[in-house]
Amino acid sequence: MSSQLFAPGHTACSGCGMPIAIKLILEGSGKDIIVVSPTGCLEVTTTRYPTSAWGVPWIHSLFENAAAVASGIERALKVLNRDANVIVIAGDGATVDIGIGALSGMFERGDNVTYICYDNEAYMNTGVQRCSSTPYGASTTTSPVGKLSFGEDRPKKDLPAIAVAHGVPYVATASIGYPKDVIRKIKRAKEIVGPKYIHILTPCPTGWRFDENKTIEIAKLAVETGLFPIYEIEGGTLIKVKKIKNRKPVEEYLRLQGRYRHILKGFKDQLEIIQEIADKNAEKFGLDG
Amino acid sequence: MNKAKRNDIRLIPGGITRPKTTITNKTGFWRTFIPIFNEERCNKCGICDIFCPENCIIINEEGYRHPNYDFCKGCGICAEECPKDAIKMILESKEG
Repeated sequence: MSSQLFAPGHTACSGCGMPIAIKLILEGSGKDIIVVSPTGCLEVTTTRYPTSAWGVPWIHSLFENAAAVASGIERALKVLNRDANVIVIAGDGATVDIGIGALSGMFERGDNVTYICYDNEAYMNTGVQRCSSTPYGASTTTSPVGKLSFGEDRPKKDLPAIAVAHGVPYVATASIGYPKDVIRKIKRAKEIVGPKYIHILTPCPTGWRFDENKTIEIAKLAVETGLFPIYEIEGGTLIKVKKIKNRKPVEEYLRLQGRYRHILKGFKDQLEIIQEIADKNAEKFGLDG
Repeated sequence: MNKAKRNDIRLIPGGITRPKTTITNKTGFWRTFIPIFNEERCNKCGICDIFCPENCIIINEEGYRHPNYDFCKGCGICAEECPKDAIKMILESKEG
């Protein structure tokens, strides 16, 4: 399994979910790819100058324009008559906040690029600031819990739905807790011509405040509670959903994480709202079964 | 003319690095707990390998997996996920 395309010695935190996602992506994509990464944890930990962990061509864009750089590379490859898949691997901040304009343009033009977002639900690299991917109730340094605040007060932005609204031919969500599923989705994306969007949940021990050996357990619990449904949408139609037998209450996911500790200690209304979010996901995607 | 034009184009390449050069950075010194792999309990399923964030698990001649301690940060995901309970995390004592 051990991907020959990604070297050890990178400086991601101990127990980080992101490099696990990178290994799975490279396993599915193979070596004939060009990777574009905007600023984020991935960039600062894998390409500390003058070293690089990558065994495939990799380019750093600005924070906001990874999708545009990928589009340019795709056009250049066409002109040069060369065959390679262009893949963007970007964090959630670069995807849902800062780079959404360029990403929308890439979707709209129909460029043949696979855009993968690894989602750790805040700006972790700069010290856990909230972003629009931060889920409801989570405490971060810019949505801190206190007398007047229960943490993040807005729901998580649904970027896969935004991608579907652009008419993107392949949209999928995945979690590193299910590695075979991630690899399969990367391989499926390779077969489709046009823009592809894959959203992968990668728990962050530093920002979510949990023990560094619980990364995979939490990645699975997010799915098993219904808070992070994993599904595939092809041509606008929902074709596959990971069904959950005996969906777990959201407390099981929240209690392992320091960012939600306050919710279980006394914010009962907010706990109910988080459970409602999971229930709505289950209804929308037909998760129970 | 054309040649002159081509020569006038100057791209600033930015920082260029060689592939897989992070191997000079031995992250093993970050470790507090060290995973010990027990070959007798191992069924060679490879789950430790799939989930290792460092990508530092190597397979020996008999087909058993062991971490490369030069890079292992001691996160303990392998021990947590091992279905055969073949990996133990112990407090590492460092000499020198």
